[in-house]
Amino acid sequence: MRILEVENLSFAYQGNYILKNVNFTVDKGDFVGIIGPNGSGKSTLVKLMLKILIPEKGQIKIIGKDIKKFDGWTKIGYVSQKAGEFNGDFPATVNEIVGASLLANTGIFRKKPADYDQRVYSALKKVGMQDYGNKLIGRLSGGQQQRVFIARVLITEPEIMFLDEPTVGIDAKSEEALYCLLARLNEELGITIIMVTHDIGAITVHANKLICLGEAGVTVHDINEPVTDEFFSEVYGYRVQIHSHQCQNCGHMRQVGCEEC
Amino acid sequence: MINAFIAGILIGIIIPCIGVVVVLRRLSIMGDALSHVSLAGVAAGLVFGINPILSAVVFAVAASLCIERIRKSIPKYGEISTAVIMSVGIGLAAILSGFVTSANFNSFLFGSLVAISPFEKYLIIVLSIVVLAIFLLLYRALFYITFDEESARLAGIPVQPVTIVFTVLTAVTISISSRVVGALVVSSMMVLPVAVSMQIAKSYRQTVIFSVLFSIFYVVLGLFLSFYFNLKPGGTIVMTGVISLIITLLTKNFKGIVKKGA
Ligand SMILES: Nc1ncnc2c1ncn2[C@@H]1O[C@H](COP(=O)(O)OP(=O)(O)OP(=O)(O)O)[C@@H](O)[C@H]1O
Ligand SMILES: [Mg+2]
Ligand SMILES: [Zn+2]
Ligand SMILES: [Zn+2]
Repeated sequence: MRILEVENLSFAYQGNYILKNVNFTVDKGDFVGIIGPNGSGKSTLVKLMLKILIPEKGQIKIIGKDIKKFDGWTKIGYVSQKAGEFNGDFPATVNEIVGASLLANTGIFRKKPADYDQRVYSALKKVGMQDYGNKLIGRLSGGQQQRVFIARVLITEPEIMFLDEPTVGIDAKSEEALYCLLARLNEELGITIIMVTHDIGAITVHANKLICLGEAGVTVHDINEPVTDEFFSEVYGYRVQIHSHQCQNCGHMRQVGCEEC
Repeated sequence: MINAFIAGILIGIIIPCIGVVVVLRRLSIMGDALSHVSLAGVAAGLVFGINPILSAVVFAVAASLCIERIRKSIPKYGEISTAVIMSVGIGLAAILSGFVTSANFNSFLFGSLVAISPFEKYLIIVLSIVVLAIFLLLYRALFYITFDEESARLAGIPVQPVTIVFTVLTAVTISISSRVVGALVVSSMMVLPVAVSMQIAKSYRQTVIFSVLFSIFYVVLGLFLSFYFNLKPGGTIVMTGVISLIITLLTKNFKGIVKKGA
């Protein structure tokens, strides 16, 4: 089933075109990686799909509906690029932050739903953070915070999850764990994942589709076909080499483009 | 005197409620701008023979709507526009105050215990209750927006309207505070109790509750000191807050050192 259709999409900031005639589709259950150099428009593309920005031209259909008429935003989760750089002194507990989505529109006079605590707990459990519920968010490590932000999105049981560079500032081990977590959510819960990343190694191991923004415009790549050196080199504008990698955690095996090895 | 205490306590409750959001969203400049505009409103009221609190509310609410309007149409200039409005506020207040004949104007700078008229008392009571009720109604939405505005929008929170309402609440709070606490002191009172409670609170809810408790404590103690030593209440209230912040920071750091040493 097509869960997202982007057709002839163009977008400009003050007359300066960032995206031109972009076309791609995403199926339910896909794990999509969006890659490309800095400033190529990855975050812009995500914001267009979330209706945070309005396109100049073209059409976006999300869960079968034109985005202009779409109203099922609670089925869409978003972990923004800024999520990692929020005010570290923010005095809120993990529980408060994760639970906020359930209470978003209710005044303080309205009772919390009966299964509130239970749902907060189980969302945290899905990301392995159930023991941190009463901790202040600012006291957690970057990787733990990122998992809390994912739990905050999971609590609404989304059909699609957008993540914009969720691994920035996270050490290699936590980063790998995060990819495996997303792969698990994708496989077990069937959540469609659309993720912006600079980490070609990990994303090609776990994703099944790549949207590549580069000098030559936007290309879509089904990752089950072999990805060539030339392909990545073209997207990034510098030499990128390909070889096989396996995720040691979850055993995913894919062709990988590395710049360093 | 009793009236000043009643008004002071009510104001002591609503200032930190607004203050939590102002501090966490880093809107202190907006608070400053609105307090200067409300001062211009006070001056205008005194010149034209309208109740100064009432005219302060009108001026500040109008300014808050201007700020929101500009922020919406040219988001980039949000900060500059706030600064411009603050300048207009200071300028107008200075010019209008030249025409104020009574010595009354000074008492709005740093607050005063001088008899609050029954009309003012009821105005402050009614407006405080309205501000508090709306704040509680929007409590969860404000929490969400304060932490993450984009996600709040996705979660279906009407971010723009809530933000506008909040700015208006800020304007009203600042204007009605000028009588007792003083217009130049309100912005400090938005920050101090919140800063102290952030040092010790273990959740957002606690932060709000502790801020309110601290703020009431500062106001009551400050009013007493002002009464017995014949000082301006704005000064005694703020200094109480500053001293409590210093004490909190010192004990916290001292505890930290002890813990490290052990
Ligand atoms: N609000 C804005 N106003 C004007 N130009 C913008 C704005 N936001 C982004 N741009 C420009 O649009 C281009 C694409 O930005 P975008 O944030 O989508 O890039 P990105 O691919 O996500 O980059 P990165 O890898 O650094 O996150 C950049 O050249 C950027 O300067
Ligand atoms: Mg980006
Ligand atoms: Zn893996
Ligand atoms: Zn490699």
